[in-house]
Amino acid sequence: MAEHAHKLEIFRGLVKFKSNTQKIWGVLIFLSIVTIIEVALGYIKPDILNGKFLALKWLNWIFIILTLVKAYYITWDFMHMRDEVSGLRRAVVWTGVFLIIYLIAILLVEGDYIYEVYKNAAVSFDF
Amino acid sequence: METAVATTGTEGQKWGGGDAKPLNASYGKMMMWFFILSDALTFSGFLAAYGFSRFKFIEEWPIADEVFNHFPFLHGVDAPMFYVALMTFILIGSSVTMVLAVDAGHHMDKKKVSLYMLLTIIGGFIFVGSQAWEWANFINGEYGAVQTNGGKILQFVKVDDHKKRVGLDEFVTVGPRDAEFLGNSEGIWYESSGYQGTYTIEEVKNAFKANPDITIRTQQLIENPETGASEKLVLSREEALIKLEKDGKAVVEGANLTVNEYGAPLFADFFFFITGFHGFHVFSGVMINLVIFFNVLLGTYERRKSYEMVEKVGLYWHFVDLVWVFVFTFFYLV
Repeated sequence: MAEHAHKLEIFRGLVKFKSNTQKIWGVLIFLSIVTIIEVALGYIKPDILNGKFLALKWLNWIFIILTLVKAYYITWDFMHMRDEVSGLRRAVVWTGVFLIIYLIAILLVEGDYIYEVYKNAAVSFDF
Repeated sequence: METAVATTGTEGQKWGGGDAKPLNASYGKMMMWFFILSDALTFSGFLAAYGFSRFKFIEEWPIADEVFNHFPFLHGVDAPMFYVALMTFILIGSSVTMVLAVDAGHHMDKKKVSLYMLLTIIGGFIFVGSQAWEWANFINGEYGAVQTNGGKILQFVKVDDHKKRVGLDEFVTVGPRDAEFLGNSEGIWYESSGYQGTYTIEEVKNAFKANPDITIRTQQLIENPETGASEKLVLSREEALIKLEKDGKAVVEGANLTVNEYGAPLFADFFFFITGFHGFHVFSGVMINLVIFFNVLLGTYERRKSYEMVEKVGLYWHFVDLVWVFVFTFFYLV
């Protein structure tokens, strides 16, 4: 059994589960709560979150951050990344995160540039 | 202690990776991780392209709440997001049964592994079915719209309540047709005789003139000065009459790869492509799960003394869930 030892702490040791099965249910509850918060915010769309930060509404920032939180717990606890050696973890996660951030940054900047060109063009595109 | 070593059925095979276990992971598991990494990059390529197009048309992208607002058995009720939230829960649920199967596998509990694998497969099928229902709603559309010469979409709303949409079937009367419609039943499936939709553009224009309580909503997104929320620009009745007469080109019902009654055709293209590609992953995941499920039933892993295959297919299944979390955010929430 030694090779299947699981790390049973989440939230940096704040919550410690007794068994792996218990941890699975705990993570499910956490993911469900996050999803319910997302859906509730998406349904209500509080006006207070319509302000903008870095070209995105606060509401959208909250959605993106909550998504990353969910992605973390799916990868770390459902896919057992928490139990892998750090070398494997870094090889997979850092590579992906670096390339994805790079791609997104380039494409979004370019998309915004084209929007500006269309908007300020001499010819109207609305006909 | 021989039994404690995970066996994968590849011992002695040239392609099995040998006995070395770099990073403490077996060959198969590590390759699954790197496959997932490359697949994650593929999906992020798609989603980043979606973000590119959205930033390019930031002022006229459809509002997801208005597009996906159906729920089974609730006809005509505006229920944005509930259905897709349900789908998310179904997929997270099947992820949980999968990880429970992996856990039971570590305890060599064949009965539990097969039960949880079965539940996972059922969850996967329900999800794929839900996606088909979502597609059907999207393709059929609800209100219908008019496409302009510039490829933009004009939708119809009440003059006194801009939030209240008006469907084409509520005010347009179908006039006489002077041509006979030829279609599938005449053996002609690849071409049609002149008009395809229910209404012609002339009928819509005439009906619009005859109904003073209806006006036009454009694709243009504006910011509500009071709340800061994004809304679609609604034209006054006079502006709408001129706009429809001058620019109205074709009637659009539903969505496909070339036209889309909800707004930019690109939105439909990305929707079909990304959710389709994800649905394809779910479907193949279900198929792989089935293979492993039968192997569990046959006792293959019992004989191998290791349920590592369940773990590997579990990784793939969780990855499908992981992608859905992002698709959910970027298509339905943001």
